Amino acid sequence: MNYKRRLQGIMIAGSVALAGPVFAETPSAAMLGNTCAGCHGTHGNSQGPATPTIAGVSSEYFIDAMMGYKNGDRAATIMDRIAKGYTDEEIKLMAEFFSTQKMERPEQKVDAALAKKGMKMHEKYCEKCHADGGRSTEDDAGMLAGQWTPYLHFTMSDFMSGKREMPKKMKKKVEELQAKGGDAAIEALIHYYGSQK
Amino acid sequence: MSNFNRRDFLKLSGGAVAAASSMSFSSFAIGGASKKVVIVGGGIGGATAAKYIRMADASIEVTVIEPNANYHTCFMSNEVIGGERTIDSIRFGYKGLQAHGVNVVQDSVTAIDAAARTVKTAGGKSFAYDRCIVSPGVDFRWDTIEGYDETVAETIPHAWKAGSQTVTLRKQLEAMKDGGTVCIAPPPNPFRCPPGPYERASLIANYLKHHKPKSKLIILDPKPKFSKMGLFTAGWEKYYGFKSDNALIEWHGTPEGSKDNVLQSLDAKSRTVKTEFNEVTADVLNVIPAQKAGKIAFAAGLTNDSGWCPVDLKTFESTIHKNIHVIGDAAIQAPMPKSGYAANSQAKVCAVAVVSLLNEMAMPQPSYVNTCYSIIAPGDGISVAAVYRYNNETGKIEGVKGAGGLTPGYDKSTMEMRAREEQYAHSWFKNITHDVFG
Ligand SMILES: Cc1cc2nc3c(=O)[nH]c(=O)nc-3n(C[C@H](O)[C@H](O)[C@H](O)COP(=O)(O)OP(=O)(O)OC[C@H]3O[C@@H](n4cnc5c(N)ncnc54)[C@H](O)[C@@H]3O)c2cc1C
Ligand code: HEC
Ligand code: HEC
Repeated sequence: MNYKRRLQGIMIAGSVALAGPVFAETPSAAMLGNTCAGCHGTHGNSQGPATPTIAGVSSEYFIDAMMGYKNGDRAATIMDRIAKGYTDEEIKLMAEFFSTQKMERPEQKVDAALAKKGMKMHEKYCEKCHADGGRSTEDDAGMLAGQWTPYLHFTMSDFMSGKREMPKKMKKKVEELQAKGGDAAIEALIHYYGSQK
Repeated sequence: MSNFNRRDFLKLSGGAVAAASSMSFSSFAIGGASKKVVIVGGGIGGATAAKYIRMADASIEVTVIEPNANYHTCFMSNEVIGGERTIDSIRFGYKGLQAHGVNVVQDSVTAIDAAARTVKTAGGKSFAYDRCIVSPGVDFRWDTIEGYDETVAETIPHAWKAGSQTVTLRKQLEAMKDGGTVCIAPPPNPFRCPPGPYERASLIANYLKHHKPKSKLIILDPKPKFSKMGLFTAGWEKYYGFKSDNALIEWHGTPEGSKDNVLQSLDAKSRTVKTEFNEVTADVLNVIPAQKAGKIAFAAGLTNDSGWCPVDLKTFESTIHKNIHVIGDAAIQAPMPKSGYAANSQAKVCAVAVVSLLNEMAMPQPSYVNTCYSIIAPGDGISVAAVYRYNNETGKIEGVKGAGGLTPGYDKSTMEMRAREEQYAHSWFKNITHDVFG
């Protein structure tokens, strides 16, 4: 720590009446998180039609996703280029920021009959890990309920093509589902998640 | 929406240190009178700053002064010109800001008195401020092209501020005969939205290709190269016969140090433009002149010799006048480009600075992002992105090394990814406009 920095630290800690601006040494969680709003919406609630909502995501999932982008392990159009701009510490700060926001589930055009079919499949193949109809953020499995459907399409297609790695046990379930219902089953699931409020 | 109260902001913005120092705050407890922020311009920078100040500290009185009842975004205006969307879809009002408790005044600022801390308007009103934020966007250097001025621009539009000129340019394209010539003359650096003229060229070419395929689009550029050049020209080769005998788009650049295709004069009657190398008579002419900071920045003495406003890049406070901050296109903000995403990002840093200064508290280190999406053809979107930090030693903004950059070329990616980028570009439009005006 150089002299100037130490002095700043002292000034802040001692809360001297401040004549000019005094600066903390790092960006805060809100400072970092607010830069993402142009693409992900204010506080991470995306207005769609495709960019995913990240408000209310679990902190574990968020960190996994960002590290995956940063290390180039996860397929992306642009997040790989963005995630490389942050330290691991900053990613943790942002995880705190976004995981404590409330997710808003938008009105989306979905086929009600398909959504109903999807619900049954969800219960059978996915609910175990994506609890509460894909709403739960308590695990590290990401949010499915109310997520933008074009994004879910892209993501499922990346999973199926191997561009994004599926957790082993999820892969097994998705393969079972595919064998039984083909692409139509995946489509139904996406309509189900899109219909969730 | 405003699920932040002041306590949260203190905690979040400064981290533990700010929270500690906030214990001794007195400005709210004593004083009594609330702090006043006056914002000049309700565009991307101004509206964002207003909303984020109110979300952070609702005790601050925020007034936005803006002459227009509605704002038309420049972004996606190229899709209006290309016929892909309506002008209504890029129009936004100020109800959202009002719902955040922002006082929106429809008027034009004529003077800022830095010593008295007041702003004067054309309507004869005066507004006192503790801190003023100026985000007036760009003005044009009308003296650079003989024969081109504000009146001529009504019929030979620049369409570099969205609104009526966007519609005029679209109508002229619709009225043009098949086999006509369109000419775009982009400005020299630095200017608002570096990839903008080339996205415009792409979307006009797309319209011509499908509706007036015998036509030609000529770009007379005063620069040797341009933003996302490799990606654009590859796209033009793919869709618009660029470099072939039958090219729909021709680009004529200007080598460093020469004046080959720098516009010298314009004859409005015959729609003819002249450069040292070329003379083009066009059916539809789109001349985008060289730029400088918005008029009010000059009137308020906020500019230097460059014609732009020097600022402290951590707070965006003017280095010329205290208590006045300049953000967006009008500010000297390199290496950030003059873009809407940059204006939105700077406005948030500036909002935190203003709230911190008014509360006499520590400000966190800034963090900035820029992204510009462009659409080459329907189903083919590209982007450039960067994450920036402030360097305490040099006082400059720096791009984080290893981060950011361009969409990969056709050889390193797939059309499926390009189609996704187009959808994400449209999502970006919805999200940023909601973040600014919602
Ligand atoms: C064709 C085109 C395409 C673009 N595409 C993109 C894109 O895809 N992505 C991107 O990020 N950026 C894009 N941009 C750039 C973007 O529009 C600007 O960078 C952005 O608007 C800058 O914000 P600002 O607040 O500085 O200025 P503006 O948004 O222009 O706001 C300035 C406001 O101030 C008001 N004003 C001016 N003078 C006064 C006064 N004296 N008193 C009161 N009010 C005043 C004006 O009426 C205006 O509303 C594009 C620009 C163009 C032209
Ligand atoms: C230019 C637009 C843009 C910006 C800026 C941006 N993102 Fe993203 N984000 C995307 C897109 C698009 C995706 C989908 C993946 C892809 O194609 O890159 C995404 C995906 C994500 C995901 C994965 C979501 C999920 O459900 O798995 C997370 C997490 C994320 N972004 C976090 C952030 C954070 C944090 C920031 C700010 C530091 C940020 N993004 C800035 C566009 C953006
Ligand atoms: C064994 C547990 C498990 C099962 C069963 C499971 N998943 Fe997952 N799922 C996960 C985990 C863990 C992740 C996070 C993976 C990662 O970080 O890459 C995930 C991620 C996802 C994502 C990505 C979310 C995002 O925001 O990008 C989708 C979509 C998804 N699962 C769909 C499904 C569907 C559909 C099913 C049922 C067919 C299913 N999953 C079954 C554990 C499971």
